[in-house]
Amino acid sequence: MSTDNNEKLVGAFVEALQIEAITVTDELQYNTIKEWDSVAHMTLVAALEEVFDIMLDTDDIIDMSSVGKAKEILGRYDVNF
Amino acid sequence: MSDQLETLFTQPVYAFKQSEKEKTLLAALNELEAHHRAHCSAYSAITATKNAPNSVEKLADLPFLPVRLFKSHLLESISPEDRFKMLASSGTTGQQVSRISLDRRTAGYQTKAMVQIMQSFLGKQRMPMLVLDHPSVVKDRLNFSARGAGILGMANFGRKHCYALHDETMQPNWDAIDPFLEEFGDGPVFLFGFTFMAWKYFVRALEESGRTVNIPNGILVHSGGWKKLLSEAVDNDAFKQRTKAVTGISKIHNFYGMVEQVGSIFVECEAGRLHAPSFADVIIRRAQDWSVADHGEEGLIQVLSCLPHSYPGHSLLTEDLGQITGVDDCPCGRNGHTFAVHGRLPKAEIRGCSDTFDGAAS
Repeated sequence: MSTDNNEKLVGAFVEALQIEAITVTDELQYNTIKEWDSVAHMTLVAALEEVFDIMLDTDDIIDMSSVGKAKEILGRYDVNF
Repeated sequence: MSDQLETLFTQPVYAFKQSEKEKTLLAALNELEAHHRAHCSAYSAITATKNAPNSVEKLADLPFLPVRLFKSHLLESISPEDRFKMLASSGTTGQQVSRISLDRRTAGYQTKAMVQIMQSFLGKQRMPMLVLDHPSVVKDRLNFSARGAGILGMANFGRKHCYALHDETMQPNWDAIDPFLEEFGDGPVFLFGFTFMAWKYFVRALEESGRTVNIPNGILVHSGGWKKLLSEAVDNDAFKQRTKAVTGISKIHNFYGMVEQVGSIFVECEAGRLHAPSFADVIIRRAQDWSVADHGEEGLIQVLSCLPHSYPGHSLLTEDLGQITGVDDCPCGRNGHTFAVHGRLPKAEIRGCSDTFDGAAS
């Protein structure tokens, strides 16, 4: 189950940011690569909401400053890794 | 983050009574003042010329810079390698634009501040969002205009973003608007646009074509000033009334803010007053001698903000006229100063002050 979620998460990042799967590590941070800027962040949020069938609130998307943080936030919606 | 700013951020932004707020704000601004003098040599030189004291006892005693100084000078309190973003004002034709240098820390404060303020009006849930602009305004990702940056900042509060206007022609894009409203029009919808765009290309376009839309649970937020609308003879009341007539939207919030203090915005409440959030404040000064105006007296608006860390923009005298309309007494229940903006100081009168300041800074 958790491997599955991890795959979905990586897939969402790859698709939304147009980056290689190998770069999607917990340490990857918002605004440190040109592909993950504020425009892409909106696309990413929409992709995560879609694949996990959840609705994130404003605080969540502001707090989502890294891949690791995204996992932590998704955990609050019972999406576990 | 400084302890004071941390304290201010832990409370709802309109919770503090003015007297409590001023204590924390004063400490935070004194600290910022020292920070900018230590890290921005130009700022230090300006304050030295003015014999500004190192620490002040009340907010009104803080030194202030004319906001237009950022048009002629790049003032920074960080080293160039810590620059994270450079903001530029939109500026009308032929005018020089302001350049504001941000580090990550300041950009982070701005986002946090904006979220806390807007949540007071929009709630935490993100609503389907109709952007009253055209999509290419955010296309050039490496070089956003002030308008594009403003829209992106607001996009955090929305989902299923839909751009209401066609590129180039700026005509309403009904192929995008119709299906969007079909799906979301009955529920809460967040609409955002710059005042001029919202008016000219949405409200006026609807009026002229005889069309209406019905967004009874919509919340429209707009900003950018009325300057460009002078020829249209529309003020805030007319804007609200006529917008409601063609859209059914009754929740309409204007806000006052500027690129020189992004994040520190003053939003109009349900009672029609502009509110200063916890980490910011306004002081009204008489145009002739910059003394503090009486409660209710019209004067130049000075804006204070704890957010600017990377540039000395924590205390700025604007060229806008306004008046204080209340303290801790708004019917909406939000505390702190409320004020109204009346427009710009006529051009001839401002030239004098800016010349003085340009001389002091060079």
